[in-house]
Amino acid sequence: MDSGAYILELRDVSKQYPSHKAVDGVSLAVERGAFYSLLGPSGCGKTTTLRMVAGFETPTAGDVLLNGSRINDLRPYERNVSTVFQNYALFPHLTVRGNIEFGLRRRGERDLDTPVREVLELVQLSGKESRSPAQLSGGERQRVALARSLVLRPEVLLLDEPLSALDPNLRKQVRSELKSLQRSTGITFLFITHDQEEALSMSDRIAVMHGGRLEQVGTPEDIYQRPRTRFVAEFLGAMNWIDGIGVRPESTHLARTMPESESRRRAGRVENCVFLGNRIHVATRLQNGALAIAEIHQGPECWNAGDPVHVWWHAADELALPAENA
Amino acid sequence: MNRLRTIFLTPAALVMTSLFLAPLAIICAYSLLTRGAYFGLGLPWTIANYGRVFDPLYGEVLLRSFALAAVATVLCLLLGFPLALFISRSGQRKNFYLNLVILPFWTSLLVRIYAWIFLLRDTGLINATLQKIGLTHAPLPMLYNDGAVILGLVYGYLPFMVLPLYATLERLDPFLIEAAADLGARPWTALLRVIVPLAAPGIRAGVVLVFIPCLGAFLVPDLMGGGKSIMIGNVVQNQFTTARDWPFGSALSLVLMAAVMTLLLVLVRRSGEELL
Repeated sequence: MDSGAYILELRDVSKQYPSHKAVDGVSLAVERGAFYSLLGPSGCGKTTTLRMVAGFETPTAGDVLLNGSRINDLRPYERNVSTVFQNYALFPHLTVRGNIEFGLRRRGERDLDTPVREVLELVQLSGKESRSPAQLSGGERQRVALARSLVLRPEVLLLDEPLSALDPNLRKQVRSELKSLQRSTGITFLFITHDQEEALSMSDRIAVMHGGRLEQVGTPEDIYQRPRTRFVAEFLGAMNWIDGIGVRPESTHLARTMPESESRRRAGRVENCVFLGNRIHVATRLQNGALAIAEIHQGPECWNAGDPVHVWWHAADELALPAENA
Repeated sequence: MNRLRTIFLTPAALVMTSLFLAPLAIICAYSLLTRGAYFGLGLPWTIANYGRVFDPLYGEVLLRSFALAAVATVLCLLLGFPLALFISRSGQRKNFYLNLVILPFWTSLLVRIYAWIFLLRDTGLINATLQKIGLTHAPLPMLYNDGAVILGLVYGYLPFMVLPLYATLERLDPFLIEAAADLGARPWTALLRVIVPLAAPGIRAGVVLVFIPCLGAFLVPDLMGGGKSIMIGNVVQNQFTTARDWPFGSALSLVLMAAVMTLLLVLVRRSGEELL
């Protein structure tokens, strides 16, 4: 069989429900060993896409290929992919060990001790094997869910917003752990998220979905700096639209006097300042009525509502949207 | 808070004392009296009634009752589990199906048992139809045997199995079943390794709710067993009616109650408080 660079391929995959089309002609190719994210708002079809790869849903059109073989008609238990569920779905009647052994037993593996011990070390849960899921913290549960899937060495690990149940401080730490886990195991990750920061910080490649369709696929830098649609530009971060030109707040600068050297500038008045700890968002009402947000770091300058101000930016920081008539 | 507790608990306490504990005390007293001409009761005090309970004759009936109740309970579980699982997974139709399960309660059990008799007896609908279409030439003995009693018990008590099973299965996280499939479990494995263990509280509750009334049943064995297949409930009933031996009837029912209580205690100890 064709076992080229792509371990997982979706070819023009659609999922039509009686009431609506959840996924509409999605084609994507996931490189072997990649950390691949499906990013989009809720209801964009990313979870349905993941569920078609896992086998919980069947595409109404198109093909899902794993290692070059069509797997549309395989049941979930016949596919060598594994899912980390959003709520982890740990078996509450089994211990940590019982949860991790579950898949190994289904495969009829003889030696359970070695793989269980290794995977527990990998996710740093050694010593907790006899706990029940109810006795674990949220972060520990998430690691059990990971271990339960990783121990099976799946071709692709599917992660359905696995960080959304964690508290925000823990989430950032887990991001880097997850990324290094993916690196060290070499397992291909298909990661579902609605959080653009998560996707940007961990992924090798991001596919942005919107309304059941793929908007753009690319590296995190591509997606952020060269968005092809207005949706992608706005979903990945705040955008100022100044006379049809897109500028990110961190590239938008403020000056009290007209900056002579820059041709990209507009006059306005400060409308409000929002203090965000390490940075300040200053909203400026331009003369044409548009609002521009400038993200500035704390400095000697102090902006008050009503102050006249000049907004300027470098031409290089403008985002052009080739896919649309922006 | 304490006053509120008292106010809320008093009605139930009064009902339990007057309608449960007091009659129980009376039964205890009866069981120690002697059979008499008047009210079926008389002096002197004696414990001989308890001795008679362990007469092999009654022991056999008691064993039969346990066996019939156990078979009926197992059949209720085997029929009720798939039904409860189906209902718990049928989305918006859940309530409709649940109402169907409860529907028989709208009619008295007595009436429904007579309906079964009309269906099952030698000249009943089923036998008449079978003979008319030529499948059988003589009526099949479908009534007045152990099978008929078990049928009646299963029919009468199936809802008591389905409802607690439904209650636990309905709360079962559907992602757990998906997770089982995801980890390589075929449907039967997922059923036995995930669904059944997680439904254990419902199974225990259903077993208790079906087994206990089946054990003490007298209506079904009386009408559908026709005296040929009697259970301990019929013996107790007989002592208070035809035999007019209230002290022995009381002793018998107390021993039965003690046996059931012991069984319950064992089950409760194993499953904690969820049964209560």
